[in-house]
Amino acid sequence: MLTALYIMLGLALLLGAVLGYAALKFKVEGDPLIARIDAILPQTQCGQCSYPGCKPYATAIANGEADINQCPPGGDEGVHALADLLGVEYKPLNEEHGETKPKAVAFIEEDVCIGCTLCIQACPVDAILGAAKHMHTIVASECTGCELCVAPCPVDCITMEPIEETPENWKWKYPIIPIKSEIKL
Amino acid sequence: MNAPINIAGLLKKTKDVFNFHGGVRLPEHKAQSNQLPIGQLPLPDQLVLPLRQHIGIMPKVRVAVGDHVLKGQLIAEAEGSVSAAIHAPTSGTIAAIADAVLPHPSGLPDRCITITPDGNDTWIERHPQDWRKGDVNTLVNSLRLSGIVGLGGAAFPTQIKLRSTRSPIHTLVINAAECEPYITCDDMLMRERYDQVVHGIEVAQRLLAAKNIMIGIEDNKPEAIKAMQAAVENTGIQVKVVPTVYPSGDARRLVYLVLGKEVPQNKRSTEFGVQVFNVATVLALYRYFEFGEPAISRIVSMTGNVNQAQNFEVLFGTPLRHLVKAAGGAKADTSHYIMGGPMMGFNLPSEDVPITKSANCIIAASSTLFEPPPPSMPCIRCSRCADACPVSLQPQELYWFAKSDNFEKAQDYNLFDCIECGACSYVCPSDIPLVQYYRYAKSEVIALDKAQEAADLARERNEFRLARIEREKQERTAKHAARAQGAKVAKAAGNSGSKPAATDKQAAIAAAIARAKVQKETDSAAPKNTTEMSAATKAEIAETDSRRVAAGLTEEKSPAADGDKQAKIVAAIARAKAQKADVSKMSVSGDDKTTKPVVDADKQAKIDAAIKQAKVAKAEAGKEKTSGNNDGQLMVDAEKQAKIDAAIKRAKAAKFAALTAKNKEDN
Repeated sequence: MLTALYIMLGLALLLGAVLGYAALKFKVEGDPLIARIDAILPQTQCGQCSYPGCKPYATAIANGEADINQCPPGGDEGVHALADLLGVEYKPLNEEHGETKPKAVAFIEEDVCIGCTLCIQACPVDAILGAAKHMHTIVASECTGCELCVAPCPVDCITMEPIEETPENWKWKYPIIPIKSEIKL
Repeated sequence: MNAPINIAGLLKKTKDVFNFHGGVRLPEHKAQSNQLPIGQLPLPDQLVLPLRQHIGIMPKVRVAVGDHVLKGQLIAEAEGSVSAAIHAPTSGTIAAIADAVLPHPSGLPDRCITITPDGNDTWIERHPQDWRKGDVNTLVNSLRLSGIVGLGGAAFPTQIKLRSTRSPIHTLVINAAECEPYITCDDMLMRERYDQVVHGIEVAQRLLAAKNIMIGIEDNKPEAIKAMQAAVENTGIQVKVVPTVYPSGDARRLVYLVLGKEVPQNKRSTEFGVQVFNVATVLALYRYFEFGEPAISRIVSMTGNVNQAQNFEVLFGTPLRHLVKAAGGAKADTSHYIMGGPMMGFNLPSEDVPITKSANCIIAASSTLFEPPPPSMPCIRCSRCADACPVSLQPQELYWFAKSDNFEKAQDYNLFDCIECGACSYVCPSDIPLVQYYRYAKSEVIALDKAQEAADLARERNEFRLARIEREKQERTAKHAARAQGAKVAKAAGNSGSKPAATDKQAAIAAAIARAKVQKETDSAAPKNTTEMSAATKAEIAETDSRRVAAGLTEEKSPAADGDKQAKIVAAIARAKAQKADVSKMSVSGDDKTTKPVVDADKQAKIDAAIKQAKVAKAEAGKEKTSGNNDGQLMVDAEKQAKIDAAIKRAKAAKFAALTAKNKEDN
């Protein structure tokens, strides 16, 4: 009887020590939930969610301050993914924050650009190249299509160009089997 | 218990070929196109060479529109490691470098070089190389200029496959299985050019230093087998006759067939010392080294619904229309063309697409030849697809996940191991287009991965930007603090009671003024009335000063400089003010964050008034100075000096008042 108690006590102490050690040794830095939410967000950094970027929005979701349906670039799939992650009910995208658009990149009409650098300051990912009084241009591969550079341009030389389909980014389509009417009149 | 395994092992050792799991037997349709010898095509009117003919990076165009090129001349150079060069297939003029429709399942246009042949077919100077004795590295590196890619259909740049790998290659497998129905280009090649094929194998053997060489040929090509067996006599090359089971021509399946070794899904056969080359590719290698001919043509089977199916030697870039015409034209009920075999090929968007390096076969299709698939029925889970799958996947599960966009789960079931051979779709009793689902799922997953990569990059760049802004802000605050401190000290020294400057620019101006003041006060011996002196007087002073400097009496300092400096400061202040006013008017604040965008008329008026006041004060001070000068004395007496000083101070005070007023307004 006593032996059994000792064994159990010993085990409890040992396992407790192991757990305590593991808690210190494998401590997770930062909030993993924010990082996981942030990983789902499209990183457009457009601020349409009313937060100044994807990370602040992720933080707000994690703190329960923001809803999961405020990210138009993430689209319906993004809301589904967030709902799955957080174990909450899916909600259709909140239209107040805008609607999902096909992916686009900004384009600067270089003849019109006056080199005011306002767009450079607006770009959240430093995807615009240029200097004061020199023409600016977009680094298309880095552009997230957030549209934040469009509004500040004093000469309206920035447009959003939807990404065109090329043989390189072309995708096989979902197989659709046409329904044929077999009845001939 | 061990006995049956041992027996199986013994049996395996004696076996010549090893059958892989799954696969299907298909109606062959090969007799259609292998009755006639390989035909030559007349030169077409135009050759359209897509830049994207191979797997990898688009090559760089090396010609311009209007250039005259010779046959075999390099017109696009390999760019990056995985890329292949493109050569002019005949002599002629570059007619265009523009977008044209590609032989690609998307049917989208892409960059192409169009050549109008001059009809002379003049070769550029060719440089054959001694592949039997030459340095292996030099030979392999020279292949970068050859444009040779895998001619079995995958179009992978050959040079990369020949580069030395970590594990040495001991076995070279030549893929001549040609398992898809209709295609006979490799069959005809072996029948007619067996000697060159053997030389080609020798080239590959030399470059890879392989010991064992095997040619895998399906048993439905008896003539080719006979020709090759005769050609390889006394060479040590083995001809392995493999059973006709689709897809035996898949590289991994063929390696298993001839060696009995299964290459793991995430590894390449080269890691096990086995390299696979298509039979037409090694022939291209031989022609490149022996004759210096780059990749400019290939053999294409033109078959199906045409009047005279035949194999042709076709220059790259030849329009499909031209090839169809050579094969006696398409029959009336031809609906479309298929590039590749009927199992893995795809429908061509039009008859104008060019023949490319990966085009081994063109099938003219009609509804009688290829019946439109009946509407697909629900999956009944019969698992016939799993039996047929040569990669031992579970196609029914993959179908389920791909259909419901559950890509994660599909990847768990090894979606990317699928070779898209179509055996599952072929055996499906419900006629489900299974491969189409897998292709869809694969390209979605690839697109999602790319999007994820882009998102990660964006996150990184955004974080970097935020960190940079934070750093700059801190640097700026530190700098401002230091400057404000400096200005305060200077002001305290100069007995000035002006408020600490609010912004960077104003702080700088204030500091400059304070500095000037301090300097002036310490240099009280220097004349203050130097602004309105005649040139002769100035020169005299300068001379005196220089003498003084020479005598070591004083530091080198021109008296005129003091006045100049003051004038400059006044001018700079005025300029800064004017600029600010201008900038405010424009209401566009440029890169200078310190400028306030809009100043209303009221403020503007106040500033103007302040400036005027300052000017009047200055003018008064100037007058006093002038009166001092009129006496003709260089050095004024103490009383006058005091007066002038007082006037200057007044002017300064007025100026400061103006400045501080402006500061207040700006803030």
